[in-house]
Amino acid sequence: MSSSSNLINALFIFVLAGFIGFEVIRRVSPLLHTPLMSLTNALDAIAVVGAIVLVGEHASRLSFAFGFVAIVAATSNIVGGFFITDRMLKMFKSSRPANKS
Amino acid sequence: MTPEFAGGQYIIEILYLIASVLFILSLKWMSSPASARHGIWAGEAGMVLAIIGTLMRNGLHDYRMIAMALVLGAIIGVPLGNVAMTAVPQRTALSHAFGALCVTLVGSAEFYLRTPNISRFMMSVLSVEVILGGLTITGSLMAAGKLQEILPQRPLTYKGQNFVNLLLLAVALAIAVTLVLYPDRSSLFPFMVLLALIFGVLLIIPIGGADMPTVISLLNAYAGLSAAAMGFVLDSKLLIIAGALDGSSGLILSIIMSKAMNRSFTNVLFGAFGQVQASAAAAEAKPVRSATAEEAAAILSAANRVIVVPGYGMAVAQAQHKVRELYDALTKRGVDVRFAIHPVAGRMPGHMNVLLAEADIPYDHLVEMDEINGDFPQTDVALVIGANDVTNPAARTDTSSPIYGMPILDVDKAHTVMVIKRSMNPGFAGIDNPLYYLDNTLMLFGDAKAFVGGIVRELGGGHS
Repeated sequence: MSSSSNLINALFIFVLAGFIGFEVIRRVSPLLHTPLMSLTNALDAIAVVGAIVLVGEHASRLSFAFGFVAIVAATSNIVGGFFITDRMLKMFKSSRPANKS
Repeated sequence: MTPEFAGGQYIIEILYLIASVLFILSLKWMSSPASARHGIWAGEAGMVLAIIGTLMRNGLHDYRMIAMALVLGAIIGVPLGNVAMTAVPQRTALSHAFGALCVTLVGSAEFYLRTPNISRFMMSVLSVEVILGGLTITGSLMAAGKLQEILPQRPLTYKGQNFVNLLLLAVALAIAVTLVLYPDRSSLFPFMVLLALIFGVLLIIPIGGADMPTVISLLNAYAGLSAAAMGFVLDSKLLIIAGALDGSSGLILSIIMSKAMNRSFTNVLFGAFGQVQASAAAAEAKPVRSATAEEAAAILSAANRVIVVPGYGMAVAQAQHKVRELYDALTKRGVDVRFAIHPVAGRMPGHMNVLLAEADIPYDHLVEMDEINGDFPQTDVALVIGANDVTNPAARTDTSSPIYGMPILDVDKAHTVMVIKRSMNPGFAGIDNPLYYLDNTLMLFGDAKAFVGGIVRELGGGHS
């Protein structure tokens, strides 16, 4: 499925995305490290796409069963992760009235 | 390939590209509390686009079961998003376990679908995926159990522990190498996963509660890297990007946390902290000065600048709302009150900020250690609530102390230090704190919530 040029492409993407990740996350305020972790957790649950393909293709009984459980696990992370991140961020208020919404 | 098929492929890839950009923007907007909520919307939009794109793929037919699994996951996700703020660390650990479970299951399914026609490269990344995924599942469950106090929080160590752990990992890696060379020996695969699962348990057994911020960050990095490996297996650029972002986030947080404890990764993972020193017993008889709520209130109301140093003990006592009342009462009297936040205060990175934000304390009064440390000498009162090791001056001076070299909040440099503490028992790491015996230190013995409430009443600012 994956030829050697695909592998090189994938490595390029991995390394460059890692760099972007480092530069972007270095700038995240330490105030928000907990919501950052719950947000990246929700984003990481994008692994659900792999599980959706397994269940949708239903290629074998085992791949279907594993895929089904995997979708449930990942979706609970997506829903729970975004939900709790939003709850936390709503609580952060500034004392400066200009910033109050 | 028919032209229609190719066209559909392009749309899907474009959707994935937009999702990737939205994910990066989502993290970028987390740089400040003012823009952070845009980040959630970007993340959610990216997620929806990616799922729509995936559902458009050719070859999917079992949509009913996909929908059922999605709904079931959402039903489980709602209570997990609704936990109390004090329980966020264990929720986070649990969600690392779920993420890793998804990755490991998909990796295992892909192995059985493809065996024995697996290229060496494919088998290598698949092994990385399931080994990292497997150890993250059980490691995170163990961490969640310790944080929820279902499991004992004290580190459990025995002789030869590191040797056993490394041996186990070596055997798992040897199986991986065998599978790379001889992909038809599929009967070995379950053993590789099993060893990774056992390794995850053993990895967390020797780790104490005080190290949890580092460990959660490290497990976050593992979960991200295993998802990136899954991206290589499935040839999905979107997954590689999301995994790399999550992995680098976990790695950066682990580095920050280890620096804040002056320890290396290997030290956290292989050098169980928290054994009570033999010398700690010798310090018991030293005299301390204590004060009542009335005296504490008098000193606080006479102060111009107060820095509150909150620790996990404050959260355990559920004192953060009383602390908010104290903040209000003092601010009303014109006292400048700020909060000094040590990077490892709480049970996960940033935990203390969330707990104080929940109590409605404005975030611009929450100050990082490096920014506030220079201000302690000009501070009238440093009020320590439920924090211990992060205020221990032995970290600066006592080379024999296990926390020597750890960056601390210099509370001892304030004119007066007040420490609210239940008793003179040593803190979480079992290390005696010389701060309590200083001439400028007043011990306020009692439950944090009750004592702060008492001070607030004396100040006449309570709501009771």
